[in-house]
Amino acid sequence: MPSLGADMEAGTLVEWLVKPGDTVKRGDIVAVVETQKGAIEIEIYEPGQVEEILVSLDTKVPVGTPLARIRSEGEATALAQAALIAPAITIAAVPEGGPPAGQPPVPPLAICPAEKRATPAARRLAQISGLDLAAIRGTGPGGAIVLADVERSVGAPAQAGRKRPAGLDLDAMRTAIAAAMARSKRDIPHYYLQHEVNVTACEEWLTRTNAARTPNERLLMGALEMKAVALAARRFPAFNGFYQNGRFEPSPAVHMGVAIAIRGGGLAAPALRDADRLSLDEIMSSLRDLVQRTRAGRLRSSEISDPTITVSSLGERGVEALYGIIYPPQVALVGFGKAVQRPWVAGGAVVPRSVVTVTLSADHRVSDGHAGALFLSEIGSLLEEPDKL
Amino acid sequence: MTETAPSASIELTYREAVREAIRDALRRDDRVFLMGEDVGRYGGCYAVTKGLLAEFGPERIRDTPLSESGFTGAGIGAAMAGMRPIVELMTVNFSLLALDQILNSAATVRHMSGNQFGVPLVIRMATGAGRQLAAQHSHSLEGWYAHIPGIKVLAPATLEDARGMLWTALQDPDPVLIFENVMLYNMTGKLAADAGPVDIGTAAVRRPGRDISLITYGGSLWKTLEAAAALAGENIDAEVIDLRTLRPLDDATIMASVKKTRRAVIIDEGWRSGSLAAEIGMRIVEQAFWELDGPVGRVCSEEVPIPYARHLEIAAIPQVPKIVAAAKAALGRT
Repeated sequence: MPSLGADMEAGTLVEWLVKPGDTVKRGDIVAVVETQKGAIEIEIYEPGQVEEILVSLDTKVPVGTPLARIRSEGEATALAQAALIAPAITIAAVPEGGPPAGQPPVPPLAICPAEKRATPAARRLAQISGLDLAAIRGTGPGGAIVLADVERSVGAPAQAGRKRPAGLDLDAMRTAIAAAMARSKRDIPHYYLQHEVNVTACEEWLTRTNAARTPNERLLMGALEMKAVALAARRFPAFNGFYQNGRFEPSPAVHMGVAIAIRGGGLAAPALRDADRLSLDEIMSSLRDLVQRTRAGRLRSSEISDPTITVSSLGERGVEALYGIIYPPQVALVGFGKAVQRPWVAGGAVVPRSVVTVTLSADHRVSDGHAGALFLSEIGSLLEEPDKL
Repeated sequence: MTETAPSASIELTYREAVREAIRDALRRDDRVFLMGEDVGRYGGCYAVTKGLLAEFGPERIRDTPLSESGFTGAGIGAAMAGMRPIVELMTVNFSLLALDQILNSAATVRHMSGNQFGVPLVIRMATGAGRQLAAQHSHSLEGWYAHIPGIKVLAPATLEDARGMLWTALQDPDPVLIFENVMLYNMTGKLAADAGPVDIGTAAVRRPGRDISLITYGGSLWKTLEAAAALAGENIDAEVIDLRTLRPLDDATIMASVKKTRRAVIIDEGWRSGSLAAEIGMRIVEQAFWELDGPVGRVCSEEVPIPYARHLEIAAIPQVPKIVAAAKAALGRT
């Protein structure tokens, strides 16, 4: 954290403009820091490659704290910890006509380049909403980004008298979750089934497939699970659709709601549209996009209302099974626990296998346990042959 | 019938409202007296005190020699001794001859005497340009006085305030300066027949609006209201704040408005550099920075001695088109 003024003690990291692996050169803007004097862009003074980000967003750290580690050109292996910026650069008032003779020129600290000029109110809302100012078109004085521009990007048109900005408002989100879940438990007679699925084949298939791929092209178990549920939902329409006005309407399309946890305690389940028709690669990239936009508070309203069935997966850091609450007006939720090593009987012998517990929460007004069992078994069968997904 | 009949109103000028305020004070409290250059026989250089000599006599309406320092000092002494003097200085330019008395004596006596003495003195003076009185009679230096701790500075812009601020000022235990803009003396309007004292220390929202706060005082209030009307024609809803009191400033009213509109332009007939507008702008940045949705602007006087020539005088001070342009600039509209 550079000193951006003699009296500055700490700053809040509000935006990273680089990520590990990026190559940077002297003068690049790499981050935005919020100080008591406003948002200030941080330039880099050492060329090299960003190796690691050390300070996460919205963290306030004292002046002098390393923000990131960069590897200089020619520094092949050593993880030299280089401070991001030359120490103690103070913003000096440069008199008109340039710096006085005899003093070294003060490096220009671009406080706000013209193409990204934004008002304080706009910056604050963008920060709260996790929006990137670079992506917003300004309509204010001199093309500056003003509050209304950010509000449009958040998807909440300016309303007279509205106090709180929309976007990632965790309190409002908690209220919405509470209302939906209470309604679900009040109105929907849930039944629950569980099924243990051998995913060893999936894991082996993923290992083979990912071996030749770069990290950002790799597939995760979640993609296989989504595809299996999507295909099964197409074959079992009683689990895919909406229960509204006293009757069930199955949906011809499978829009898969994906439960995504949000840092700080929120949850959203936006739609992976037409999941049954997407390839695994398409599912994976859509999933990455959804997770990123959900955590940035940039979902489209249709993505919130579209899902016809929801999948919730606890992933590697979870527990073995989850029993979900259906998101009304949907009628089913499929839950995946984490994969665990279990003794498994195959061909008369006990062998170690990776096993995932898959659960179904379903609406008894629409389907019965018998149909639910067939649906859940179908998901299990699909996962045993990952190369057919 | 549950409603009381509306009180009768009378039509009068700002000048007459000030005169009524002085007359009322002289009647209410026999410690009150008025002194200044030509306030008696001549009736005041702006005719504010016409008729008061005949009504109250030379003991209470006192013509003074042309010595601002001398009679302001006499007023300070009288106030310390228990009287409630009203000192009239012809214009703010001439008040500089009494600046030593005001700054070094009136504003400091309570402090220097360890609270043994106060100076309950009211000093009235004319301020502002627009009457072609040239560079030694036309300046707006009330912002300088608003810099001084130990005094209060008032700028009545309406008939109600011209009528009502004087008595409240006379109740203050410390010096109060009242600045009357010369362009307001002929302003005519209706005032309730029973109009009386008003509060000091608070600003007033003279026109509510949503899009921008136009902050002003004194003679510029009416130009600013005219500018707000012009802006309304372009679908810009401006809020107009009349500061009324320049020291202490009513930060709460200013910030409440700016936090609502998120934009501000300050209109101040003082010179731009080191102006009261500069102080208000800085307070907005200090207290409402994160609410702002546009650059804070100001319309001040050009940094020249106020010219005699009419067209140059008009060009030198804030006018409606300049206020409209500054408001639109803050909104990014052209």
